Amino acid sequence: MNWITNVVRPKIRSILRRETPENLWIKCPDSGQLVFYKDVENNQFVIPGSNYHMRMGAAARLKSVFDNETWYDIALPEVAADPLKFRDERKYADRIKDARTKTGMNDAIKVGYGKLDGLGVVIAVQDFDFMGGSLGMAAGEAVVKGLELAVEKKSPFIMFAASGGARMQEGILSLMQMPRTTVGIQMLREAKLPYIVVLTNPTTGGVTASYAMLGDVQIAEPGALIGFAGARVIEQTIREKLPEGFQRAEYLKAHGMVDMVVHRHELRPTLARLCRVLTKAPAAPSTSMPKPIIPDAPALDAIPAAPSA
Amino acid sequence: MRSYLDFEKPVAELDAKVDELRTLAATGSDIGDEISRIEEKASQALTDLYANLSPWQKTLVARHPQRPHLADFVTALITDFTPLAGDRKFGEDNALVGGFGRFRGESICVIGQEKGSTTESRIKHNFGMARPEGYRKAARLMEMADRFGIPVLSLVDSAGAYPGVDAEERGQAEAIARSTDVCLQLGVPNIAVITGEGMSGGAIAITTASRVLMLEHAIYSVISPEGAASILWRDSAKAQEAAINLKVTAQDMLRFGVIDEIIKEPVGGAHRDPVALISDTGDAIAHALDELRHLDPATIRNQRRQKFLGIGRKLV
Repeated sequence: MNWITNVVRPKIRSILRRETPENLWIKCPDSGQLVFYKDVENNQFVIPGSNYHMRMGAAARLKSVFDNETWYDIALPEVAADPLKFRDERKYADRIKDARTKTGMNDAIKVGYGKLDGLGVVIAVQDFDFMGGSLGMAAGEAVVKGLELAVEKKSPFIMFAASGGARMQEGILSLMQMPRTTVGIQMLREAKLPYIVVLTNPTTGGVTASYAMLGDVQIAEPGALIGFAGARVIEQTIREKLPEGFQRAEYLKAHGMVDMVVHRHELRPTLARLCRVLTKAPAAPSTSMPKPIIPDAPALDAIPAAPSA
Repeated sequence: MRSYLDFEKPVAELDAKVDELRTLAATGSDIGDEISRIEEKASQALTDLYANLSPWQKTLVARHPQRPHLADFVTALITDFTPLAGDRKFGEDNALVGGFGRFRGESICVIGQEKGSTTESRIKHNFGMARPEGYRKAARLMEMADRFGIPVLSLVDSAGAYPGVDAEERGQAEAIARSTDVCLQLGVPNIAVITGEGMSGGAIAITTASRVLMLEHAIYSVISPEGAASILWRDSAKAQEAAINLKVTAQDMLRFGVIDEIIKEPVGGAHRDPVALISDTGDAIAHALDELRHLDPATIRNQRRQKFLGIGRKLV
């Protein structure tokens, strides 16, 4: 089975590579309070107290969703390197090299196959730390590969989106990832398998204008910035101030663009429940949360958990 | 009234000289030889200039105010054209025009951006920048065409989807994604012609086609050169450099396998002889349709999907 490159097991702590030293205090971007980094990490990167959802790396995300924090890393197709020979203030070739060193990833999307509450699922995660999660040929191929694998495995496909949009340094070939990923979604649709999108902070541009908005179910994390055009571009166009909460997850929900805004701590059971219901699998006793819920979490904007059979 | 782009200055000067001599000739001076000599020189200068346009110069040509727009193509190529309006959900968007008619006798669905050609019509068409309603109307018309087995022609010319609060709150991103989705689902052939600017998501929403044709001096890009310059160079004045780096020309697109064919423009660009250009475009559309017309819906759909999946894979 050549798509398995690496079984990620819980004991093998694969490079949890936040550049922040583990013993550091960090400042909540929302409330300004100082919190101990380790506490944030242990809380799925949600700031205790303010409930601000920080960005989450791809490996941490997969770990937070799969059963037993275990999954298969899926080998992703190789793509042409720097086809445009792009150079702005720096060479694209150098930028991408730096991003690889910084993140330990090959490109912005990681794909895993594993169990979610006992049900096989394919999960793709876009990592904003890798060049703003930008959608280039590698990321496009990763999404296509993930969708193809889901079809092969007859399993749901879950996409955690986080991106500034298209990777400009790959020019038109980056734009082509919009129709290319859509082809993959159509194959999944024809196989009658569910496609669930989780929009995380931020998801914008060509990513929202393609696979990130085509889910059967659209979930957003609280406070996530989600939109097509950047706020600055819009402000310059209309020359007025943007409305309060503009392009935030809650705003999208109010405008009918997402099904639900779900606190990160409720994400795993929500996804598990949806996957099971949509594939007509029998209800499973919900697995416990990988991390404890902090007591003062606000009322969740999600469906109440149904009693398990 | 001729209008010249900045880089056409040498040609403009020669043309002005010809005009001047003509006025003189009208007063009786025998300078016919001199006039034809300079005319020839002007024509040669134009030919040389357009044989080697830089990506930025092409950008300017692609945006030329007198460049033929959707209305010109439809008037010349489509009979019985019946525009249809509205997305049946919220509103009508004049930036993206659509309707049904006949192309060389056969039924066709036409969709595309119209930039407008006068101040009044530019405002009416929002400079060709569509809102979600435009893309939802396009999707509605394409689905109708699919139901009736009628091919779709997209005429693409837009600086991008409209970036506004209203567009965002009504789901600009979703509307674009869904329109691309519909393009890929069609069991009828669709032909896209990038006539001017094919910018970003606003373009791809209707350019995801069985055959993508592009005018010789049109541009196609993930972001405008100015946009890339202000983000990557943090200086919008670096647009020329961005245009070079982004590889926006039809010739680049053909090389990358992103488009299927280039439609040659008259010397000096489409706006210097729109009639000839539109007629050639019609021939190219007819040729593309002839190749696809006999195929069954599953084959058409599959070929389109495979074509897009294949883009970029050969570059490895």
